[in-house]
Amino acid sequence: MSEGSTLLSWVIWLPIVAGLLVLATGSDRNAQFARIIALIGALAGFIISIPLYTGFDRLTSDMQFVEYKSWIPAFNIHYNLGVDGISVLFILLTSFTTLLVVIAGWKVIEKNVAQYMAAFLIMSGLMIGVFAALDAILFYVFWEAMLIPMFIAIGVWGGPNRVYAAVKFFLYTLIGSLLMLVALIYLFNKSGGSFSILDYHALPLGLEAQVLIFLAFFTAFAVKVPMWPVHTWLPDAHVEAPTGGSVVLAAIMLKVGAYGFLRFSLPIAPDASHALSGFMITLSLIAVVYIGLVALVQSDMKKLIAYSSISHMGFVTLGLFIFNQLGMEGALVQMVSHGFVAGAMFLCVGVLYDRMHTRNIADYGGVANKMPMFAAFFMLFAMANSGLPGTSGFVGEFMVILGAIKANFWYGFLAATTLITGAAYTLWMYKRVVFGAVANPRVERLSDIGSREFLVLALLAAAVLGMGLYPLPVTEVMHASVNNLLTHVAQSKL
Amino acid sequence: MIVAMPNLTPVLPEIFVLAMVSLILVVDLFLTEKNRFITYALAQLTLLGAAWITVSTHTSVPSHTFSDMFVDDAMSDVLKLMSYIAVSVVLVYSRSYLSLRGMFRGEFFALALFALLGMMVMISANHFLVLYMGLELMSLSLYAMVALNRDSALATEAAIKYFVLGALASGLLLYGMSMLYGATGSLNLSQVATMIQHTTGNHVVLSFGLVFIVAGLAFKLGVVPFHMWIPDVYQGAPTAVTLFVGAAPKIAAFAFVMRLLVEGLHGLVHDWQGMLIIMALLSMAIGNVTAIAQSNIKRMLAYSTISHMGFLLLGILSGTLDGYSASMFYVLAYVLMSMGGFGMVMLLSRQGFEAETLDDFKGLNQRSPWYAFVMLLLMFSMAGVPPTVGFYAKLSVLQAALQAGFLWVVVAAVLFSVIGAFYYLRIVKLMYFDAPLDKAPLKPQGDMAMLMSSNGIAVLALGILPQPLMALCAYAIQRSLL
Repeated sequence: MSEGSTLLSWVIWLPIVAGLLVLATGSDRNAQFARIIALIGALAGFIISIPLYTGFDRLTSDMQFVEYKSWIPAFNIHYNLGVDGISVLFILLTSFTTLLVVIAGWKVIEKNVAQYMAAFLIMSGLMIGVFAALDAILFYVFWEAMLIPMFIAIGVWGGPNRVYAAVKFFLYTLIGSLLMLVALIYLFNKSGGSFSILDYHALPLGLEAQVLIFLAFFTAFAVKVPMWPVHTWLPDAHVEAPTGGSVVLAAIMLKVGAYGFLRFSLPIAPDASHALSGFMITLSLIAVVYIGLVALVQSDMKKLIAYSSISHMGFVTLGLFIFNQLGMEGALVQMVSHGFVAGAMFLCVGVLYDRMHTRNIADYGGVANKMPMFAAFFMLFAMANSGLPGTSGFVGEFMVILGAIKANFWYGFLAATTLITGAAYTLWMYKRVVFGAVANPRVERLSDIGSREFLVLALLAAAVLGMGLYPLPVTEVMHASVNNLLTHVAQSKL
Repeated sequence: MIVAMPNLTPVLPEIFVLAMVSLILVVDLFLTEKNRFITYALAQLTLLGAAWITVSTHTSVPSHTFSDMFVDDAMSDVLKLMSYIAVSVVLVYSRSYLSLRGMFRGEFFALALFALLGMMVMISANHFLVLYMGLELMSLSLYAMVALNRDSALATEAAIKYFVLGALASGLLLYGMSMLYGATGSLNLSQVATMIQHTTGNHVVLSFGLVFIVAGLAFKLGVVPFHMWIPDVYQGAPTAVTLFVGAAPKIAAFAFVMRLLVEGLHGLVHDWQGMLIIMALLSMAIGNVTAIAQSNIKRMLAYSTISHMGFLLLGILSGTLDGYSASMFYVLAYVLMSMGGFGMVMLLSRQGFEAETLDDFKGLNQRSPWYAFVMLLLMFSMAGVPPTVGFYAKLSVLQAALQAGFLWVVVAAVLFSVIGAFYYLRIVKLMYFDAPLDKAPLKPQGDMAMLMSSNGIAVLALGILPQPLMALCAYAIQRSLL
């Protein structure tokens, strides 16, 4: 089935090539043409990624759809791609999100349309590359290259403080990435000249080396997740980024960090992971509890959702480092669900921002009177964000909390406080924005969502409800791979 | 008495270039201003001819001539070819810049080719005096080129500064060479190397000589603490000359370090390793931090050069074949990026206007998306972000240094390069995020437009497929040093 398949290459390169084509349409005179090519590219990218899921063998934890070609023999670097039950979900999430971003930016973006669409298409290919790479340098190339379009996207189409946010985003990520590069080169030398990630999984390492490697990876991935206390770039980047940028950041780029923990930190340095799990759990719980409280006092909607993202990602890292199946699967479900929910929340704020050009909660009030259909969608996503049963947000959080209680009652207890704070900050914001009397004349003039916006939100609503009511299609795919990872992490490498 | 005729095949490229420069000097006398392009064409022809001779006389075994004073090996052939390419590209880039400023004269081409001849001699030298001769021929030509625009006070000042400090460095170098001669009794690099291997006695003289040699080398490379001339010369010289100084001479300086430290003084590797570590770290620190404060792009690129040379030393100081070929890859990648960077400064300049400040890059994306993209590639490449060639340059030197066990040096280097990324990002920010101050459309001439575009594409293409250049460097180093 997977022998000789080039499907992954297609899924990676098709959006990139489409992006370059869009770029070639040039100036804004051909904007409509650029939009159409971008839509075709994004749609094709999503469609060809579907066979990855339907053709996926759920019984094995081996890599599937493997491609293996020599790339840079001087360093024994290979063009090596493959997916397991963990990465395949994120590839689908990426191509799905890109499609939404292209549709959502259809009318809103008027300046440098071709470059905007191209940036997101190219980014999509690069992010899929990150999830599919099995060679460390190939991974690193995709990992770093995706910063470039994001940097441009925030800086060109972002808000007033966009330059600060873009530079902060880039430098924060770069410092972590370069330390990871040092760790990768160390592993290359240690393994006798291999950059294959799967070789590293089997490489025996002393505890001291493992701890250093773990810390190097930690700086790279913790910044991306982001974990407390290296999260400060995220509120800035989210607030200043255009809607599409916020969606991609929340839905996918944050997942890349957590994915890094799964693919690198845990299997390469299992003993260090166990030794430092207390540290990781502490940071995660601080993110869940403290950042949740920080979200409560935000007056800017995007900032509030950004902090809520950090808090939710705290759940993910918590789930990864309690080392049981419920926790880890819960973390993965939470990642996928957060991709939908946070993306949807940012799109909702984007819908409001496009009409009012403000993100301040205080500027709104009584939106439901003018935009009933929008208010209904926003309600669903707000409920999902606070973890209401029946939505996807509940499944992941519940699994992680159960897993955490298994590991230690107090972990579970502290994590569970999010069910209160999460509901508090989300619903309070929702109440202030949507309910009540019409607050001012500008709200009075609001018009409800159009068919394009309806389509985007309806797709996400279907995903959120579908995953909340019937999560099996997601969990069954990851089952074998998670089991394999847990057995691997349980074995000492010393 | 019959003197045996030395084998001239290894020196054919040098002889050819010398003959052609003399011819150009004579022909140029008879040309009117209108026909000056003939000089230009002859200069390009010289480079083409030299390249053809170098390729056709290439052998994979080193051949020595002039009583072992001159060597023609794989490394010298590759480096010479790259120098021809660099000089040729520089000539194309500077053509319209020079003619708009009344500097499109025969002297420029003659001096450039003499400098190239000096570099070629340096690259192939196997003897202290030959090395020194090549160095001086190159340096004297460069001093004159910096002062080419004799009405500019800034250029004259830069030339004098360059000359005084350069002469001092040459003096240090000669002094070091004389000490090594005293200790080993030979000026021939291979013999010096053998003598050092078997020496038991006076290590102090050797170390002293080494210190002076390293100081002289550091000056020529432009690494801290011998870097003070670089910002002034880069800023003061006409941009065409800055471009010239920043490209091919770096290749020669690399060859110079290889011949002296690796081929001649490999026996003292533990002595020079320590010195190079300090100089590399200082260069990366001072180069990157100071570059942030610059508002003049030429000066900023000058400090960036200093930090890049620090990175280059990382490969050499690892003392392994992998390290040397990593450094060679680094220097070639650097030359490619540096030519693009200064070329872009010239592309933005026009008659009566020098695009010298960072603000001149504002809003380039709106004036010309394509050149903004080329500059973006160059800047990310200098910052070492994949998928550009700069990433593999960094990767290979870091790998070599880490393999040699310098973990903390590598970590420091990585942290300094994050600082460095800031000022490269600033250029990208100016180009993409800001509105243009100057709305004049960019209309480079056909040859320059094409070459500039290929320069940008090369940075990307070598970033996606670095294997050919890596293999070439590994081949050159292995054939020459084994």
